[in-house]
Amino acid sequence: MDCGTPPIPMDVRTATQTLLSVRNLKTYFPQDEGTVKAVDGVTFDLYPGATLGIVGESGCGKSVTARSILRIVDRPGRIVDGEIHFRRPTTNGGAGQTVDLTKLEPNGPEMRAIRGAEIALIFQEPMSSFSPVHSVGNQIIEAILLHQQVSRRDARDKTIEMLQRVGVSSPEARVDQLASQLSGGLRQRAMIAMALSCHPTLLIADEPTTALDVTTQTQILELMRQLQREDGMAIMLITHDLGVVAEMATDVAVMYLGRVVEQAPVDAIFHAPQHPYTRALLRSIPRMRARSRARLTPIVGAVPHPYDRPSGCPFHPRCADFMAGTCDRRAPSLRPVGDQHTVSCFLYE
Amino acid sequence: MLAYIGRRALLAVFTVWAISALAFAIIQLPPGDYVTSYIAQMASMGSVVSDEEAQNLRIQYGLGQPIYVQYLKWMELVVQGDFGFSMEWRRPVTEVIGDRLWLTVVVSVAALLLTWVLALPIGIYSAVRQYSVGDYVATFIGFIGLAVPNFLLALVILYLGFTLFNAHIGGLFTPELQDAPWSQAKVWDLFKHLPIPALILGLAGTAQQIRIMRANLLDELRKPYVVTARSKGLSEARVILKYPVRLALNPFASTIGYTLPYIVSGSIIVSIVLGLPTVGPLLLKALIAQDMFLAGTIVLLLGVMTVIGTLISDILLVWVDPRIRLEDT
Amino acid sequence: MATPEVAIGPSTVAAAEDQRIFVASQWQLMWWRFHKHRVAVASGIVVAGFYLVVLGADFLAYADPNASEAQRSLMPPQPVHWFDGGRFRPHVYAVKGARDPETFKRVYRADPTMKIPIRLFAQGFEYRFLGVIPMTRHLIGVDGGLDAEKTIFLLGTDVQGRDMWSRLMYGTRISLTIGLCGVTLSLFLGVVLGGFSGFYGGIADTVIQRVIEILRSIPTIPLWMGLAAALPRDWSILQIYFAITVIISLLGWTELARVVRGRFLALREEDFVVSARLVGCTQMRTIFVHMVPSFMSHIIAATTLALPAMIISETALSFLGLGLRPPAISWGVLLQQAQNVQTVAITPWLMIPAVPVIIVVMAFNFLGDGLRDAADPYGR
Repeated sequence: MDCGTPPIPMDVRTATQTLLSVRNLKTYFPQDEGTVKAVDGVTFDLYPGATLGIVGESGCGKSVTARSILRIVDRPGRIVDGEIHFRRPTTNGGAGQTVDLTKLEPNGPEMRAIRGAEIALIFQEPMSSFSPVHSVGNQIIEAILLHQQVSRRDARDKTIEMLQRVGVSSPEARVDQLASQLSGGLRQRAMIAMALSCHPTLLIADEPTTALDVTTQTQILELMRQLQREDGMAIMLITHDLGVVAEMATDVAVMYLGRVVEQAPVDAIFHAPQHPYTRALLRSIPRMRARSRARLTPIVGAVPHPYDRPSGCPFHPRCADFMAGTCDRRAPSLRPVGDQHTVSCFLYE
Repeated sequence: MLAYIGRRALLAVFTVWAISALAFAIIQLPPGDYVTSYIAQMASMGSVVSDEEAQNLRIQYGLGQPIYVQYLKWMELVVQGDFGFSMEWRRPVTEVIGDRLWLTVVVSVAALLLTWVLALPIGIYSAVRQYSVGDYVATFIGFIGLAVPNFLLALVILYLGFTLFNAHIGGLFTPELQDAPWSQAKVWDLFKHLPIPALILGLAGTAQQIRIMRANLLDELRKPYVVTARSKGLSEARVILKYPVRLALNPFASTIGYTLPYIVSGSIIVSIVLGLPTVGPLLLKALIAQDMFLAGTIVLLLGVMTVIGTLISDILLVWVDPRIRLEDT
Repeated sequence: MATPEVAIGPSTVAAAEDQRIFVASQWQLMWWRFHKHRVAVASGIVVAGFYLVVLGADFLAYADPNASEAQRSLMPPQPVHWFDGGRFRPHVYAVKGARDPETFKRVYRADPTMKIPIRLFAQGFEYRFLGVIPMTRHLIGVDGGLDAEKTIFLLGTDVQGRDMWSRLMYGTRISLTIGLCGVTLSLFLGVVLGGFSGFYGGIADTVIQRVIEILRSIPTIPLWMGLAAALPRDWSILQIYFAITVIISLLGWTELARVVRGRFLALREEDFVVSARLVGCTQMRTIFVHMVPSFMSHIIAATTLALPAMIISETALSFLGLGLRPPAISWGVLLQQAQNVQTVAITPWLMIPAVPVIIVVMAFNFLGDGLRDAADPYGR
């Protein structure tokens, strides 16, 4: 690791050990028409207590990366290469042993002990993320009972307590309601309650606010930040919304077509983006302090079809700095360009 | 929930009414009226029906009055349990039908249960292991089950039993017990004879239910709540059985309402081929002999039984699906 | 911050291939999609083959299906011998029948010395091809049709000594057309009532939906049996044929109505339908120009799936002796002779008419499945 200490606030600043370290992860979906390389060499690091924003257009492999980490990739997809090092907490909360999640049996007892308890997931559609025929409480209690040695009654109490913490009003009543009886914002709160019910060290939030209206979105993000302050877990925040990233993340990894093209602290990404894709991405969103009448520039072209990925650097057909003979021949690799700043581009090789 | 059950019950009442009208139509369709045929029948047996008696019968059945009056008179008698007199058997219809109605119910329910017992696990397996060898086998058997009409299946099985094992597969009892009064031995005998008719009757339904279950479950398996359940760290079996299967069961349960009439329908014709002592062969004979009171009664009773069965399944559905319970409470 | 323009990179190559898909019509897309479904395509060919039999039944038959001959009662199928002395010369052996003096059953013995050659396009009974052209040629046949010894029974004979093969050909004609007529009637009822229900909604929808539910919760076979048995005995074949068609379609339209209603409900809110209404299309125009074409494919698929049920219904009714009655010939009528196990055990060839029933039903099911998958080419 050549990244050094990340600029993370408070006590975690000294923790040089990564919580999650993904190396060259490849998750492919073999299909009749060809193999979809949804994740094709993803590399990034996540530190305890930090928030890593994973940014990219739809279909760039963000969600598959998240599912790969949890080992719940849908068939026929499977991890074909790479490592996912995850540092398991010890019982007293200290940093414990590191395991390579790719080496574990997806449905084996060890992976299942990690899933839900140490790494939790919340995702986009709070409506369909709950079973429509089981009460919200039932589904949270189930998670608690699974990972903690408590009685059913205690689990229920904990659930109510958790719902209270995430700001669900009258949790004693809500606990027995179906997801369809809750509003979108409440559902996402309940979802967060479920995810955090076992005090995970890593929370993967896959577009947690995309389906919500702007006001609710802000509330949920604020809630996540507050809970992170209290519990100290790391968050891997997957989003296509750069605004959310700017607000939440300490670090950012930019993904394009199954690869991380740039990873850097959030300030570096917004103020000194290096990869042409990151730059293009930033130019495509409106900014508060932009010169008046400055035009937004959309990124030329569309994300290529997953079956025919461009050769070489996957971004070269849309790249402004395309260098014929280089970018379309070889694939660049992630290289450090500054303090904890890595870029995968031939401009910097 | 009550509103839902109320609606269902109301519909059931309408259905019974529709069936009774159709049954009455069947009784009325052939030329000639009941009393005239009854007198002729009695005369052929050597007994004479007095004019007074004939007149009473005519009044009882409302003959000569408008058709709806006749229908109401008939309904009045039916509600009192008087289904008329069978011309061919020269006995009251109720006596002729006897145990046969209950045996029809037993056979149909056995087929329905078998359908469930087979279709559920096979459907789940097919969906969870989509495109596996087992899935293909299940799909293939499913198609055969749908394509082979059950009476032909019955025929083929009879033929195979006869030529390969020299055994007469068919009937619901061993000949010695056929006419014996009900006893533990007879019930056991019935139980032993049930599987083959139930299988023949249930095959088409099973095939269909496997397809429904498979398709439902495949849909459900793609839903995000399955990922949620998985991400909690539940074991795969637990994930599938607690969540998607539970959800896939709902549309599955709601098809019982259509499976039951289908099975009852099938039981008629399969019983004829297999020679089961249900109402099936009786209905056929009655229709061919134009013994319309018997035929109409059988159609009516079968329809009513089916409606009751469907109503029960509707109520079960409410119990299974909390979403219906929430509806307009 | 460097500010290079985001310029157009090398053009996307894949676009050319996509172009073909973008400009394809809905029917083209469906055809491509259907084409991929091998089993469905094969089933389509099988179904087409059966309807060719319907057209050419009299050409494919080689004997008058109603010509009975007591001397030839229940004769087993004659095996065809393809070679004669090393040369390709298909023939059958002549068969001599005699009555067993002990059991009084007719027994048949093949006589290998007497070979009856099978001829292509042989002369036979007179008929009108496609109902118009008078012909006497049949696909196969034997010389000297008048000579009682020189006959051929590929699938054996029935109790009255009628040729099963020829009867099967004629049975195909009736069984498959009755299904087609029944489904047409069902389709009419289904589209009108389902469309009405789905397009207007409200009370009409409620009433029609309840009627459908009621009809679906009634066991149909006893009802059919009752209604069919009530048909007057003195009706002609044609009258009975249509009456049976009406009976089976009266109870069979519900599924089609359900499909049509579902499509209407889904389409009613679609943007293109709303905009058609907004630009002032009349209701008729909205329905027939904008809505119907977009779910035509669904109707075709549902119809295909409804056909086998019709065929089975007719077969079942006729099998019980309540549907078509002799001298009409349908698969069900033919199977009527196979009702008794004892008979079937001795003369298993009487069960042969079950084979086309099963094949046709299966083919229709596969075809319908393929069509249904292809019907929504934009889905998935």
